[in-house]
Amino acid sequence: MRQDVFTAELPVGERLVIQKNRIRGYHRRGPRVSVVTGIHGDELEGQYVAYELARQLEARLENLHGIVDIYPAINPLGINSVQRRMPDFDIDLDRTFPGSEEGNLAEALAAAVVEDIKGSDVCVDVHSSGIFMREMPQVRLNVEFAKTLLPIAPLLNVNFVWLRETTTEGKSSLAYALNEAGTPCLVVESGVGLRVTEDYGSRLTEGILRLLAYYHGWEGGYVSALPPHVARDEDVSVVYSEVAGVFLPRAQHASVVEAGALIGIVVDPTTGKVETEVHAPTSGLLFTLREYPVVAPGSLLARILRGVSR
Amino acid sequence: MRTLTLFKLDTLYREPMVIRGFEFGDHGGRRACAIVGSTRGNEVQQQYICAQLVRRLSKLEGEGRVAPRKRVLVVPCVNPFSMNVGSRFWPQDKSDINRKFPGDARGGTTERVAAGLFDAVKRYSIGIQLCSFYMPGDFEPNVRITRVGPVTDESLEMAADFGLPYVVEKRPGPFDTTMLNYNWQVWDTNAFSVYSRATDQVDQASADVVEDAILRFLAANRVLDVPVGPAAPSRRIDEGDLVDVRTTKAAGFLAGRVRASEHVEEGQVLAEVLDALDTHVREQLVAPVSGTVFFARVDPLVQQETICFRIVPDGR
Repeated sequence: MRQDVFTAELPVGERLVIQKNRIRGYHRRGPRVSVVTGIHGDELEGQYVAYELARQLEARLENLHGIVDIYPAINPLGINSVQRRMPDFDIDLDRTFPGSEEGNLAEALAAAVVEDIKGSDVCVDVHSSGIFMREMPQVRLNVEFAKTLLPIAPLLNVNFVWLRETTTEGKSSLAYALNEAGTPCLVVESGVGLRVTEDYGSRLTEGILRLLAYYHGWEGGYVSALPPHVARDEDVSVVYSEVAGVFLPRAQHASVVEAGALIGIVVDPTTGKVETEVHAPTSGLLFTLREYPVVAPGSLLARILRGVSR
Repeated sequence: MRTLTLFKLDTLYREPMVIRGFEFGDHGGRRACAIVGSTRGNEVQQQYICAQLVRRLSKLEGEGRVAPRKRVLVVPCVNPFSMNVGSRFWPQDKSDINRKFPGDARGGTTERVAAGLFDAVKRYSIGIQLCSFYMPGDFEPNVRITRVGPVTDESLEMAADFGLPYVVEKRPGPFDTTMLNYNWQVWDTNAFSVYSRATDQVDQASADVVEDAILRFLAANRVLDVPVGPAAPSRRIDEGDLVDVRTTKAAGFLAGRVRASEHVEEGQVLAEVLDALDTHVREQLVAPVSGTVFFARVDPLVQQETICFRIVPDGR
């Protein structure tokens, strides 16, 4: 059932409307699980997850206990206009939480979203990478909430769980606001911006069903993936470009690379020359690889998870 | 005046981005004051004020009015790449350089830009940044200081030397720790964020007010040897004292009835929200207190749930 979570008038004959789809199981007693996506308008992997989850649940409500709330678009104007940020305000919504009822539109929206999700037994916030990088499915969680989140994060069928020190920006995210309010919230990253990777989406949907079953909300079966690696910041090696040019990958995303292996080259299209070769600084899993080719000094090219050999 | 290259960045198909600094006074002298202009691509007024300062300081230096054994650094534009393409934030990834301090010379691109600037300005006794607000509108010119530590108390006392109407103390939120003002203070610089009336257009009168205020401040702090009269009194306020007036019911045309700096009475109509298709009044924005308009939104269109005015209540 569609429900309005937040509405506000826009200047000319339109409202900004944040909706959720509340799916009730045939069995009233059970958990309330929230799945939220579309905070960044250029991250569309969650659109497939929202669709696939709603489709599977609606088809087998007899297996569902309790409530699943799906919030497919926290930033509907951004998704609609191919923009990561909230148009007009030019605000990154995931840097606006917990928001404020007394603030501007984005802050009021953020406060309404937190208020609506708060009290769920668990929440999954589905992001994808932006347009620049391709990511393997992963859960990112702040170390300060690890005690609550680490036991449940592997259920989502991701390749690895990344325990991160909380950044300044991270403290203004939806996930941080919910976790701080006592509602466990897992952030999933996967794929690439402006695209849908159905394979990743299907895996994650099965993972959400698995999480739902863990909370005794689902009896319809699910697919389990292998246990994920658990990584900390010090296990991740980051590779930046040191020159300007066009990056051409020479290693396979999601593969294991040896230290010194060629990850890619940065070329100058004007001269036809290779400006630099980019080599793996360490052996491990190439879980992040640049997708958008144009680079400058400081452009992120790759991340490698050390100590992974399979 | 010496022209310095503070940072240089190569990118594809554009000339390298160069952050230029202009140094006045004794090159080997004490780092007395660093002044930073635009960090965002729409901060035209902030850059204009700094560019005017370069011209004024050059003249004053020629007259021998920069204090001996002291130097002043002015950086009118930190982000010419955004300015030149009309993008408020970094053109490629839309990141905000004023959320990247202290920066990282080996990190992401905008972290490198921030580090390049910060490395050049961090050891100065006084840091002044010309800032803009995230909401589009007019301001009472003011000096803002984010609370960091003991250095903040000292700065709050010094800020009266600008002679601007308000000195605003701000309690830091998570984001403030990534801003230049905050990081300057971490390095024991007396840091001041100066807000002019405008942002994305040149307001000459307000530019002159702020430029004079900065020169007065530098003279009062013995960086410049120029005669200045006594500073006009500033009122110190906490940002939390400001009273917001928002649209709560409607969106449409915003028909403002008052401007920044005006005094308003409790119950006075500050603006009306007019229907965007037939201009009938949808909502009246009324002053909840008597006071001075500190901020007035200027966009002709307004959404529901939008702060349109901030008022400094009359003195306690």
